[in-house]
Amino acid sequence: MRDGQVVKGVRFREHRVVGDILDLAARYRDEGADELVFYDITASPEGRSVDRSWVARVARLLDIPFCVAGGIGSVQDAEEILNAGAEKISVNSPALADPELIDRLAERFGAQCVVVGIDSQTTPEGYRVYQFTGDPARTRDSRRDTLAWVREVQQRGAGEIVLNCMASDGTRHGYDIEQLRRARALCAVPLVASGGAGSPAHFEAVFRDAQVDAALAASVFHSGAITIPSLKQSLATAGIEVRR
Amino acid sequence: MSAPLDVAIIDSGGANLASLRYALERLGARTHVSRDPEAIGAAPRVVLPGVGAAADAMRRLRGTGLDTVIPRLRVPLLGVCLGMQLLFEHSAEGDTPCLGVLPGRIERLTTSPGLPVPHMGWNTLEPLVADPLLAELPAAAYVYFVHGYAAPVGAATIAGVQYGRPFSAVVRRDNFWGVQFHPERSAKAGAQVLRNFLALPVAGSA
Repeated sequence: MRDGQVVKGVRFREHRVVGDILDLAARYRDEGADELVFYDITASPEGRSVDRSWVARVARLLDIPFCVAGGIGSVQDAEEILNAGAEKISVNSPALADPELIDRLAERFGAQCVVVGIDSQTTPEGYRVYQFTGDPARTRDSRRDTLAWVREVQQRGAGEIVLNCMASDGTRHGYDIEQLRRARALCAVPLVASGGAGSPAHFEAVFRDAQVDAALAASVFHSGAITIPSLKQSLATAGIEVRR
Repeated sequence: MSAPLDVAIIDSGGANLASLRYALERLGARTHVSRDPEAIGAAPRVVLPGVGAAADAMRRLRGTGLDTVIPRLRVPLLGVCLGMQLLFEHSAEGDTPCLGVLPGRIERLTTSPGLPVPHMGWNTLEPLVADPLLAELPAAAYVYFVHGYAAPVGAATIAGVQYGRPFSAVVRRDNFWGVQFHPERSAKAGAQVLRNFLALPVAGSA
């Protein structure tokens, strides 16, 4: 999300507007999405927290869980969002700058509310955590190893990890199974795969081969390339349990 | 006199009162959030929500005297998630004495490979006893859970759920109902449970 509208980029660049927040939220609710995640991608690069007026409007509309991410840098930021009706808050860049934020959030709200989002880039030195990924001009390597960070955030109280594999994001060539499998081996909390979904087979592969708890996608749903009911039908046919 | 669709939501200090309120309002209820023992004692229906830690929530209830008011209520009460757990005698979370309305103790979920704790996600209800709160639910309805502690299946259990082992998903004794899952975030199945709660006779269940 940027400036009240939903946008989607390719590999974190060239974001374009894809629709109004409430319209999309209602559409995905009706199609049978199991959870929605709202990323305010410009919040952290601009040094501000999310504009929260839309959180309550989304909460009134939705009867499924949703998570809000973007520039949440304090317990108070998180409290306002949770009080407005979100189930979970997700921290990414602010947790890299201040890892103890994760401890404070988990202590105050419980681990179940605290999602840590990790934007992981594949580099010659291995998987690296990137920061400020909402703005290509400000995106930078946090100098942290992704798998070490997966371990650390759990020790600090993360109740869920969303691993967004940047090299795959928006490409529709499939999830980064190898990276997700490595994270899974270290991850005792729910692990959500993100980045690269392009076909129902990609979802099937990430559940089967990386044993993730959930798969997140944006491009293919925003564009209508995959509808949620048809995706759930193919997953059920493949023997993967889905809510219908 | 209050209208029958009035619901008092007890402000037990945790976040997440808003989504319960919105869910009840979508079904036509008029809600008010309160920690005033008099207002809650006079309400035709009461919801005890809760997100957070058991010890903290009990401290807040004791601080306002609600710990003695709640067990004496004779109207339909619905505990949600931590609110359900507080209805039991004791919680292992912070070794906390609770309200004692329901028999039994809350235990920590144990982690095992493939079963992360906290338990977060959609899971199917297994009704054990016919109950008005579970009316009109489809078989094996999916509902949304978020919790690290749980009530073992016991005398008060009216529906269970499997997560490694079975535990209580829905409990009841007399006019006290409780759900471990979040009906406000459980799509149509959750709305049906709330609709059933709003349809319970206000006179209580005796």
